[in-house]
Amino acid sequence: MDDAKLDALGQTIVSALPGAATGHSVAFNQLTVDVEAARIVEVVKYLRDDPNCRFVNITDITAVDYPDREKRFDVIYHFLSPTLNARIRLKAQADETTQVPSLIDVFPGADWFEREAYDLYGVFFVGHPDMRRILTDYGFEGHPLRKDFPLTGFVEVRYDDQEKRVVYEPVRLNQEFRKFDFLSPWEGADYPVLPGDEKAGPKV
Amino acid sequence: MNEQPQNLRNFTINFGPQHPAAHGVLRLVLELDGEVVERVDPHIGLLHRGTEKLIEQKTYLQAIPYFDRLDYVAPMNQEHAFCLAAEKLLGIEVPRRGQLIRVLYCEIGRILSHLLNVTTQAMDVGALTPPLWGFEEREKLMVFYERASGSRMHAAYFRIGGVHQDLPQKLVDDIEAWCDPFLKVVDDLDRLLTANRIFKQRNVDIGVVPLKEAWEWGFSGVMVRGSGAAWDLRKSQPYECYAEMDFDIPIGKNGDCYDRYLIRMEEMRQSVHIMKQCIQKLNAPDGKGPVVVEDNKVAPPRRGEMKRSMEALIHHFKLYTEGVHVPAGEVYAAVEAPKGEFGVYLVADGTNKPYKCKIRAPGFAHLQAMDHICRGHLLADVSAILGSLDIVFGEVDR
Repeated sequence: MDDAKLDALGQTIVSALPGAATGHSVAFNQLTVDVEAARIVEVVKYLRDDPNCRFVNITDITAVDYPDREKRFDVIYHFLSPTLNARIRLKAQADETTQVPSLIDVFPGADWFEREAYDLYGVFFVGHPDMRRILTDYGFEGHPLRKDFPLTGFVEVRYDDQEKRVVYEPVRLNQEFRKFDFLSPWEGADYPVLPGDEKAGPKV
Repeated sequence: MNEQPQNLRNFTINFGPQHPAAHGVLRLVLELDGEVVERVDPHIGLLHRGTEKLIEQKTYLQAIPYFDRLDYVAPMNQEHAFCLAAEKLLGIEVPRRGQLIRVLYCEIGRILSHLLNVTTQAMDVGALTPPLWGFEEREKLMVFYERASGSRMHAAYFRIGGVHQDLPQKLVDDIEAWCDPFLKVVDDLDRLLTANRIFKQRNVDIGVVPLKEAWEWGFSGVMVRGSGAAWDLRKSQPYECYAEMDFDIPIGKNGDCYDRYLIRMEEMRQSVHIMKQCIQKLNAPDGKGPVVVEDNKVAPPRRGEMKRSMEALIHHFKLYTEGVHVPAGEVYAAVEAPKGEFGVYLVADGTNKPYKCKIRAPGFAHLQAMDHICRGHLLADVSAILGSLDIVFGEVDR
């Protein structure tokens, strides 16, 4: 589908669902529709059942974390319409406490995708019958894909020969985690102090 | 007389994580009533390596090797999705020879994956010969991987803007020489399995998925084609030069394990057909030329140039330390991987690292339907169904 048709489709969707779908945009030949998190089920039902849409295939559910925002998560849904040969992306904003309705009654395939978004980001889906962690370890704490979760994690595991079992210990790094900063101060990196300058105190 | 015998109870067993038919580290908690499966609870994540988190910390170039380690049966198809996503954001068009090489190696990947799946599925239901015959061919294909990239499996051969290096003519000729004898091997496998009574008893009418369910469970690839949809991203949303290739999409009628097996067999033949066309086009005059974009802000300069030109040396240094800065934006790119639709949702913030890279693995969507498909089947059918879903844990657990 070309951009003009996608744009028209976006307009149809936004005008058919006032209040639930709040806006749309087309970039890289892909349609994005902003939706209200609380009314996501209504939007998805419309997309699935409307004869002009027929987005019957759920492709993906995920989230993106923007810690500086008031509502830190973008919950992202991807759907595919084999009839139109088109994809659509829905974007809803949420924070740690927003109750996002689960899609599981509309799309049973939303099951694991929602569990994954909960596990890795801590997005809270209500109405899901089996909201357990899915990818992380049994008994894991925290949500690893959040931007404020360190890459190294908090615990490490090893097999203890004395206790004859796997033990969990706080993570210990023999070498500090190396994070290279490639942003050039000439191209608008916004440091409070340039790296290296902190060593140069005021001359006494 | 209506008294229930006291010793009757449902049986809960663990299938895996150490079980040869679990195709890796899958733990299935099965609730059985006699031999009938009442409930399946797959526990995944035993191979979770945090790929998406790691990619957020690496440059775009450093992210590519992680994709080999997802579906390690067909590594280059995964790299392809990531490269396509980054290229869309950068607005790059891959040169023609680069596209042809990519298509050629994607089809090799498809055959690698289907060979493994078809033959191990046969092993799951009791046949031992098919894997021995199939793995011989896989070995030859992995040598082609090695000759192109230096690595049998974890190739890191597809780069943003094209492929890493050109193929030597001898390699192209050898791949061409491999094609026709391979079709005979497929025929041999066909004779072993397709009409085999035991194989049919174990697969026909097992794990039936109607098309409507296949769509709403998020299936793709062979899983929807088996249920009767002529849906293939290579045809419906062509990427690279698939639009000019001539090939057919096999579809099934019944949506059972046997149909999915038949589709994979036919797809291998179609892949060989595509490979032959690629080789013909690579040998044609317009198939010669660069394999990667000649913009040194994206692709490194040639070694010879670096010896003479200071500018080339600087480009090389900047590319392998700082990497490419990808303009801000978000994009979803999908390829028809052997197992289904493999997608990458990439959010770039204008720096040299992805802000977010979500990997949409086909096996993840397929495996979540295990409970739905297996309910009411016998215990022995679980391994047949699992085999036909084509699960590889590298991509399910990420």
